[in-house]
Amino acid sequence: MTVPSMSLADLQRTMASAVMQPLTAGENMRAKSRDGRPMRKVAASFIAPNSNLTPFERLEIYNRQYWYRVLSALAEDFPGLRAVVGSRKFHALSVAYLDAHPNRSFTLRNLGSHLAQWLAANPKYAGRRHALAVDVARIEWAFVETFDSAEDTPLTAEQIATLDAGSKLALQPHLQLIPLSYPADELVLNLHQRDKKQTSEAGVASEEDEEPPIALPHLRKKPTWLASHRVDFSVYYLRISREEFSTLAAIRQGIGLADALATGFVGSRIPAERRAAQVQQWFANWAELGWICTPPLESIIKD
Amino acid sequence: MSSNRFNAFSNHGVGIGLRIPHYQDIFSRKPVVDWFEIISENFMIDGGRALANLDRILEQYRVVQHGVSMYFGSVTEPDPEHLKRLKQLVRRTGTPWLSDHLCWGSVDGTYTHDLLPLPYTWEAVERTAERVRNVQDFLEIPVAVENVSSYAAFTDSQMTEWEFLNEVVERADCGILLDVNNIYVSSVNHEFNPMDYVNAIPAGRVAQIHIAGHSRYERYILDTHDHPVIDPVWQLYDRAIERCGRTPTLLEWDDHIPSFDEVHNEAKKANKFLHKYAESAAEKVAAEAAQ
Repeated sequence: MTVPSMSLADLQRTMASAVMQPLTAGENMRAKSRDGRPMRKVAASFIAPNSNLTPFERLEIYNRQYWYRVLSALAEDFPGLRAVVGSRKFHALSVAYLDAHPNRSFTLRNLGSHLAQWLAANPKYAGRRHALAVDVARIEWAFVETFDSAEDTPLTAEQIATLDAGSKLALQPHLQLIPLSYPADELVLNLHQRDKKQTSEAGVASEEDEEPPIALPHLRKKPTWLASHRVDFSVYYLRISREEFSTLAAIRQGIGLADALATGFVGSRIPAERRAAQVQQWFANWAELGWICTPPLESIIKD
Repeated sequence: MSSNRFNAFSNHGVGIGLRIPHYQDIFSRKPVVDWFEIISENFMIDGGRALANLDRILEQYRVVQHGVSMYFGSVTEPDPEHLKRLKQLVRRTGTPWLSDHLCWGSVDGTYTHDLLPLPYTWEAVERTAERVRNVQDFLEIPVAVENVSSYAAFTDSQMTEWEFLNEVVERADCGILLDVNNIYVSSVNHEFNPMDYVNAIPAGRVAQIHIAGHSRYERYILDTHDHPVIDPVWQLYDRAIERCGRTPTLLEWDDHIPSFDEVHNEAKKANKFLHKYAESAAEKVAAEAAQ
């Protein structure tokens, strides 16, 4: 009986490193491994040939499959970003992002969880539309979160009326708060409509076709505070004020109601005498939208 | 009869994979389908439309869970969050058994999202069997491991693939999801006789069978689940049913998915083989009774 030349752990680390190394521009496996060794030697150190394929060629099948799979999954979740930067740039940024952030989750759903943050820190991958691209990536990731996050039973208007200054609350899990540099929500909705139409006309998603960045309507930079939430399984976007956004963000952090409101109004131009009415209006809206819930029991006990 | 403890003594017949393009047909026409197989990971979420659709399916149909990322052969331990969510889903669906692949795909917490082949070594046997046992104990339902299609073989392997499968399932005391298309694909890619594989598996442990189509390239075959089942695969299925008896059977079709009826009709071709051996089993019983 042969004695294995490497442990199972070493074999898996060696193979994963090779499989997850980006392909060449021609979509072939690279000639050298990440540590500079010839890939032919790396492959031959643990993979046997058959009469048709060398160890390199057999490993290359897995290398290609990995990249085709993750690139296609990312393109599916970020069609708006792809349209804004164009297919070529999107491919390059996807490869760079996935190389920097290989998935640490068992599900492909979470593949793009760091994309907006990564893109914000790596402007060269988005070109002249960088800030807009980051906004679009933020909205598209929020869509993923909103689409399938939990829906807790919200507080009723009557329950909300009983809250006091020290009340600690939670937000509806599917509610996402998205700070933007541009009012980009309508653009994303239009891009998704366009993508849906192209997909249904072609029968399949079109991520393999090369497309330049699309012509965009003129958008002026303007700080925008967006909430995405779910109603009847559909995702909706709602622009809210900076004060409302900051208050909701503070509530989500577990800050007591009075302090959350104080946080929300820091630097606000809303006159002090109008704030109480404003807060009442927010709570009426939040009750109707089902955005306010009780915090999980464990967080109350911890406090 | 392959109604056994590895499939909770099920009488499931021929099912198909539950896929989004078919939802409209299923909800509007409520076609008679013996059972649906779901990809567990698609429903290991907290809320939203996918779970609502699943609940509608569960009101009408039997569902069996099939996973794609447990990676029984990975050296690093599974994510506890993965196991927790999987168990929640098991409780929701009431799946009588659960399957995932005899492969690895993650290392040190990083996921390749591929079904990577294992080296057929004793170390891999021990590691994989231990993981299957642990998962089975945690989930408290029978677990079946599926043989994967593969494109690479390892210089370190110490046994054949079917010997490896047999060692793992014996040590883990688990079932087998026998994918006869995967056997065919691997037999071409690794140049062995696929019937040797089917003849070697312990028939009493086969909980379920997968059939599917694949794509043939010039120098290898890829398991793409995007075509009808080819005759050589039906021949392997025929032999598997001859050995195992009536076994829950599932057609996989995951890419370029045709209409619901086309997929369902392709799956129902399996009934010919299930009936053939049911009849011969009945004849045997009658002959024995007459003696």
